[in-house]
Parts: sequence; structure tokens; C-alpha cells
Amino acid sequence: MPGYLYTLLIPLLPLAVFLVLGLFGRKKMDAAAGIIGSVVLLTAAILAIITAYNYFNTAKVNQVYQEIIACKYTWLQFSPHVSIDMGILLDPISVLMLVVVTFISLMVHVFSLGYMKGEGRLAAYYAFLSLFTFSMLGLVLSSNIFQLYIFWELVGLSSYLLIGFYFDKPSAVAASKKAFIVTRFADLGFLIGILILALNAETLDFRILIERLTNTQSSWALAITGASFMGFSALTWGLVLVFAGGAGKSAMFPLHIWLPDAMEGPTPVSALIHAATMVVAGVYLVARLFPVFVMDGMALNIVAYTGAFSALFAAVIACTQTDIKRVLAYSTMSQIGYMMFALGVSKYGGEAGLGYMASMFHLFTHAFFKSLLFLGAGAVIHMVHSNEIKGMGGLRKLMPVTHISFLVACLAIAGIPPFAGFFSKEEILTAAFRANKFIYSIGLLVSGLTAFYMFRLYFSIFWGKEAAVHGSHGEGTATMRLPLVILTAGTLLAGFVPFSNYVSSDSIPFATSVDWIFSIAPVALAALAILLAANLYKKENDKPQKIASLLGGLYQSAYRKFYIDEIYVFITKKIIFNGIGRPAAWIDKNMVDGLMNGMASVTAEAAAFIKGIQSGKIQSYTLYFFGGIACLAVMVIYLWK
Amino acid sequence: MTAAQIIFYILSVLVLTTGILAVTTRKIFRASVWLLFSLMCIAGLYFWMDVAFIAAVQIIVYVGGIVVLIIFSIFLTQKSGKEMAKPVTGRSLIAAFAVVAGFAFTSYLIDNNGFAATGNQAFSADVAAIGTQMLSTTQHGYVLPFEVVSMLLLAAMVGCIVIAMKDKTASANEKPLND
Amino acid sequence: MTGIPLSHILIVSTGLFFIGMYGLFTRRNMITMLMAIELILNSVNINFIAFNKYLYPEKLDGIFFTIFIITIAAAEAAVAIAIIINLYRNHHSIDAEDAGEMKF
Repeated sequence: MPGYLYTLLIPLLPLAVFLVLGLFGRKKMDAAAGIIGSVVLLTAAILAIITAYNYFNTAKVNQVYQEIIACKYTWLQFSPHVSIDMGILLDPISVLMLVVVTFISLMVHVFSLGYMKGEGRLAAYYAFLSLFTFSMLGLVLSSNIFQLYIFWELVGLSSYLLIGFYFDKPSAVAASKKAFIVTRFADLGFLIGILILALNAETLDFRILIERLTNTQSSWALAITGASFMGFSALTWGLVLVFAGGAGKSAMFPLHIWLPDAMEGPTPVSALIHAATMVVAGVYLVARLFPVFVMDGMALNIVAYTGAFSALFAAVIACTQTDIKRVLAYSTMSQIGYMMFALGVSKYGGEAGLGYMASMFHLFTHAFFKSLLFLGAGAVIHMVHSNEIKGMGGLRKLMPVTHISFLVACLAIAGIPPFAGFFSKEEILTAAFRANKFIYSIGLLVSGLTAFYMFRLYFSIFWGKEAAVHGSHGEGTATMRLPLVILTAGTLLAGFVPFSNYVSSDSIPFATSVDWIFSIAPVALAALAILLAANLYKKENDKPQKIASLLGGLYQSAYRKFYIDEIYVFITKKIIFNGIGRPAAWIDKNMVDGLMNGMASVTAEAAAFIKGIQSGKIQSYTLYFFGGIACLAVMVIYLWK
Repeated sequence: MTAAQIIFYILSVLVLTTGILAVTTRKIFRASVWLLFSLMCIAGLYFWMDVAFIAAVQIIVYVGGIVVLIIFSIFLTQKSGKEMAKPVTGRSLIAAFAVVAGFAFTSYLIDNNGFAATGNQAFSADVAAIGTQMLSTTQHGYVLPFEVVSMLLLAAMVGCIVIAMKDKTASANEKPLND
Repeated sequence: MTGIPLSHILIVSTGLFFIGMYGLFTRRNMITMLMAIELILNSVNINFIAFNKYLYPEKLDGIFFTIFIITIAAAEAAVAIAIIINLYRNHHSIDAEDAGEMKF
């Protein structure tokens, strides 16, 4: 078995790029910055693919893929048992994520060479992209839950830097703050969850933690299920809080509010972060701790229902939005909902772990077609200089490559065979059907809605009346078209990967096959939705307006994203600021400060009074003198012993 | 009631009355005159107590020296016919109270102490004896205080001249003293 | 001489003393304050002579003290007048209420 120490290079190469570009990047280096970033990422991607090839071919022992620790370094020793180690853990899902992250990052780098040409501060842009790549790679390779938390925060920071890249736009600044604050708030739950789990299992290392907590007879597992708070065991609390952190990062309801606003960042950034990599960090976290989640049915249920609800919620909203990136953002939220509930309905081991495998498979295929969609949207925006659907139309003649790639991606996301999305969605729906019919029905409904709104988008952009296009710079440079082509190829081929041979809940490969009878329902539903969308949007007509006015209030609420942002603002302003913040400030200012000021002013007044005795008037002094003598006389005469 | 007693009481009453008048009257020249009378009556008391030398010194130094000095300074610093300002009311009340209390307390102490003597012994204070003792260097001699007092008088004289001397530079800007 | 107890003379001198004190507390004009001080010094003189005559008639110490007190009182009155004149030159007033520079 070859040593895997070279995997250390994979995250360190982007880090080096970040340091070089961050410290030495200057304006005239802008063009070079992109080349440097792309070349280094290419190297990292090649290394990742080599790692994957090595791992999946050689790391099997007794049919089980081994967890390999490529390197380990003890960083902070809290106590003899508990320490934060920095290490690299290689197992099927981390190797999978290595490939996905480096590959998509490479595509985004190449696309940015063309898309961001002429923008300012490009050295900073590529530096941030590399920082993000480094953080994400560190996250997926973490062997220790605290190390994962560290990289988790780094990812949040990189996201903040990238969303707020156009820092002179107030909306971008507000969006970056919102993203950071919401995810940070969720990370509070994450941290408490880590502490609960680590306290009870007396370790922070993933392997040991999982080993201890999944063995129901071990003292740690008994301790954690024995301790309870408000009726739920400590295990439930720990897992639910960890999931809360993941829900924040993955934009699950109700912590999803940052994702649509995060579209203020440059489009390649949205493709990388908010489509393929950062938002799946939550899914990755649940998958990493999946054996422990299986121990607690309540936590898994919460994961499942949150995912299902978010999927439905986002799909409904996406049907009404008119900003191309916002539609894609809600679509991301919906697809991640799929991944979450797939994990939620899964069990552990072999066939029963189908949901786990399906979730990871969907993560893999989703990375391809979602980043393809975002990059295509970027090309369209580059052409039309606007994000609004209403300003677009009939672009299929002007942008053939983008048109075909976008169409392929939409077919994939709708779940039409033989594109990638079909296979992964099938697995998910099968797993849901076997475990929870209610969630299956939601998943089915959402797949129909997905097809509808994606094709609504497609037809509005590429068919219909031709839009007024300014400038004749064509479809975009070769560097913009190349990633689209590569990703289209990926979307076409990714579905055929025999995923269950590589990734499964217990790291033992198992066989799956497509149940064609079962897939009739979702595919038919998707096809119907596509036809409906074509009817409504292919040619200009007023049927959409009529339907919208028919639906009235429901349409309005969906368009306004169900007023969740307004509710949050209300809660923070009226309840927290007015109800808690203001009285606390009042107490601090008037009672605490008031007490101090009162003491000071009493002292000052007493001092002023005493000061007045020194009036400078001789006769007052004489009187005081006489008084003193009288007292002394009395003392001496009567009290002197 | 012998004549001596009557004389004593009359003199005492005069001393105290003129004293009170000296400290309460509003016109400054009258105050100095009441002071003069008070000092004269005290000299009378000295005569009554058989210390004629002290009485004489009192008249020469106090009445003839100090009161005259005070009258000169009154003329130097202000119009003597003008009424003086009234004292601050609060302070005069407090002062009256303090003084009455002090007087009551001290009289109480004096009465309690019970001095038995009645002054019937012979007391001679002739000038020759005073002079001899003042200049003698034996145990009860006062030649050292005598010399010290003479130096003190010299110092006082020099001090007065220095303090009251006009500055050469400031003299040009001085306002007239009588305004 | 006969029949007047010592305490009567002492009460007279005490009264004079407190009259002088009252004048010292109350009078605003510095020259009148000086007059009050002279009254106080005189009351002390009466005390000395009375004690000498009644309690120690064979000695003369009280008389000597009185002589010295008179002498020193004269010197002190002269210096006081000099100071008052100097103060008058600076303030053009000899009101004790106006000389309040030594306040806080």
C-alpha cells in the first residue's frame, strides 16, 4: 500500500497560492494571478485523481475500504485523553470530496480567466479562491472534529471575503455580513454539539469517537444515552446541535436566508461555493458522523424532515423568482434538501444504507450540473449584463455552447435519463420509498416542481422573443466555454459511475441496479412539468400572469420568499433589541453606571462642601480655632486621666 | 460694703461697658475712644490693686502709644465719620453664642475651683524692687527676657519700616490713600 | 482690697476676654479687630496681677509678665498697623471679607 503522504500537498498547494498572491499580488500581476491559480489547481486536481485511483484500487481489506490516516500531528493536548490533532483522514467520502472540490475549483478558475477579465483586484480574487479551496480541502480531509470546525470557520471566512468581493456595493457588503453572521450563529450550535459529544466520548478524533459511540455496550455510549436534558438524551442534543451547524452552512430552513443574498458575489464564486462545495459541507458533516446519527432515531428524523421541508420550500419559491441566480440558489437549497433527507431515511450497512450512498452520489452529480448551470448563467449574464429573466430571451442562436450545456444541465437536474441527475435521484427516491412514504411523496412532488422551474428558466432565457443585447463580444472567450464543455461531458458521464462500488455507509461496496418500473412515476412527472413549462414560457404569452393572479396571495407569499426575512428582522428588532437589548442597556447605563456616577458625585459634593471650610475669611478661621480650643479644654479638664 | 469694694465694682462695670461699646459701635473713631476709656479704667483697676507702676506703664504705653497709633492708622486708611459695614448676621449670632457659652463655662470652672484667698496679705510692688529684680542675674532675675524683649522691639521696628515701605516702582501708580 | 474674692476679679477679666473675642469674630474692619485683640491682652494682664496679688504676694513674677506683655503688645500693634497699611495699598480696603485670597 503506497504511502499517502503526498495527499498533504493537495490542500497545501492552494494555500501556497493564497499566501503568494495575498502577500505579493499587485495590480500588474492580475493576468498572471489567474494563470498561477489555475496551474496550481490543475496540479492539485491531478494529485486528487491519483489519490482516488490509488485509494479505490488498493485500499480494500476484506472487502472493506480502510480508513487511512495519511499523517497526524498532535496540536493541542487538553488532557491525557483529549487532544486536537491535525491529520488527514482518507476514506471513500473524503476521497470523493477531494476529487469534486479540486475539479470544480479548477473549472471555476479557468472560467474566471475569461469572465473576470478587466475587473479590478484580481490578485485578491484568485487569492481568496485559493484560500477557499484550501479551507474546503482541509475540511474534507479532517481526521479530528475540532480540526473540521477550524476549517469550517475558515470556509465561512472565505465565503465572506468572496461574497463581499465587490465591496463598494452596499448590497454585497450586507449579503456577506448576513452569510457570515447566520452561519456563525449556526456554528454556535455546532460547537456546543462538539463539546457534548467530545465530553461524553472523551475524544475528538473521528475514528475513535465513532467507535466509542456506536458500540452500545461501551461506557461512553451508555454515558451519553444515559444523561438527559429536558427529556432528550445527550446524544440527541449533541447530534441535533451538530446538525444545526450543518444546517446553517447548507442553507436548510430556517437558516437558509443567507443563500439567495449570497448571489451578490461574482458568478464563478457562486458556482464554486454556493453550488458545489461549501453548501454541501453540512451534508458531508452528517455523512461523516453517520454511524453515530444512526444510533439516535430522533436526530435522523430531524435531519430527514428538515431536508424534505427545505426541498419543498425552496422549490415553491424558485417557481416565482425572476433573478436567474436566485432561481439557481433556491434550486441548490432544494437539491441539498434531497441530500439531507436521503441521509435521514437511510440506515446503516449494505442495502439498508442505500440512502447514504444515494446522498453522496447526488452530491457528486449535483456538483457537476449545478456548477454547469451557474457557469452558464454567468455566461448569459456576461452577455446581457443583467440578472433578470425578463431582460433575456432567444439567446439560443447567439450562444450555442452555453445553450446546449444549459439544456443538458436542466435535463440532468430534472432527472431525465440518461443524464446524471436521473441515476442519483432514483436512488434517493428508492431509499425514501422504502423507509418513509411521506417523505417519498414530498420528494416526488419536488422533483416535478424542479423540472418545472428549471425549464421555466431555460425557456425564458433561450427561447421566446429576442432580447436586446449590447455589445458584440459574442458568447465569451474560450476560457469561458471550455469549462462548460468539460462539465457537460461530466454531467453526461457521471451518472454511469458505479457509485455503490465505491461509497457506502459501512465502506463495503454493494450492488445496485436501476428499477425502471419504479422510475416511471418521477420521470413521467418531470416530463409533464417540462411540457407545462414549454407551454407557458416557450413563446411569449400571458398565461403565466393569469395563473399568478389566480393564485393571488399564495403567489405573492412565494414571490416574497414567504416573508422569512421580515420575520427575522421583526424578531431581532422588536423582540431581541427592544425586549432584551434595550432594558439591558438601560440597566447598564442608569443603574450600573448610575451607581458609579452617583458615588462619584456624592464624593465630589462632599469634597466641595469640605472645601468650603477654607473660605479665606480670617474670622471664620478664628471661630474654628476657638471651637478647637474649647474642645481641647474640655478634653483636658475632664477626660485627662 | 467698704469703699474699696464699691470702687472695684464701679471700675469693673466701666471696663466691661466700654469694652462692649468698643466692639459693637458702628463708627470707628468712637470705637477707638471707647477703647481708650476702657484702658483707662483698667489702669484704674491696677491702681486699686496697689500696682501703681503697672498702672503708669499702662497709661503711658497703651493709652498714650497704642491708642494714638490706632487713631493715626484710622486717619491714614479711611474717612473716620463714615459708618462701618455691619457684620455678617450668621457669624455674629454664632459668635455671640460661642462667647456666651465660653464665658459660662469658664465662670463655672472659676467658681468650682474655689480660690480661698481674700487678698488681705501685704503686697508691696515698689519700683526699686521691680527694677532690681528685673536686672538681676540670680535665680529670680529677669535680665535675659529683658534683653530678648529689647531685641524683639528692635526687630519689630525694622519690620514695620520694611513692611510699610512704599515700593519705588509702584509709587508712581498709587492712588491717593484717602478716598 | 478687703473683701473682694479672687473669683470676682477673675470673672471680670474673663468677661473682658470674651468681649474681646466677640469683637475679633464679628468686626469686619481690621483696625477694630486690632482693638479687640488689645482688650484680650489686657484681660490677661489683669489676670496676672490678680493672681500675683492674691496667691503669691511675696513674689513679683506676675508684674514682670505684665510688663513684658505690655511691651510685646505694643510691638505687635505696630507691626499689625504696618501690615494693615500694606494691605490697604493693595486692596484699597481694609475689610476682612475682601481679603479672601487664601481660599481654596
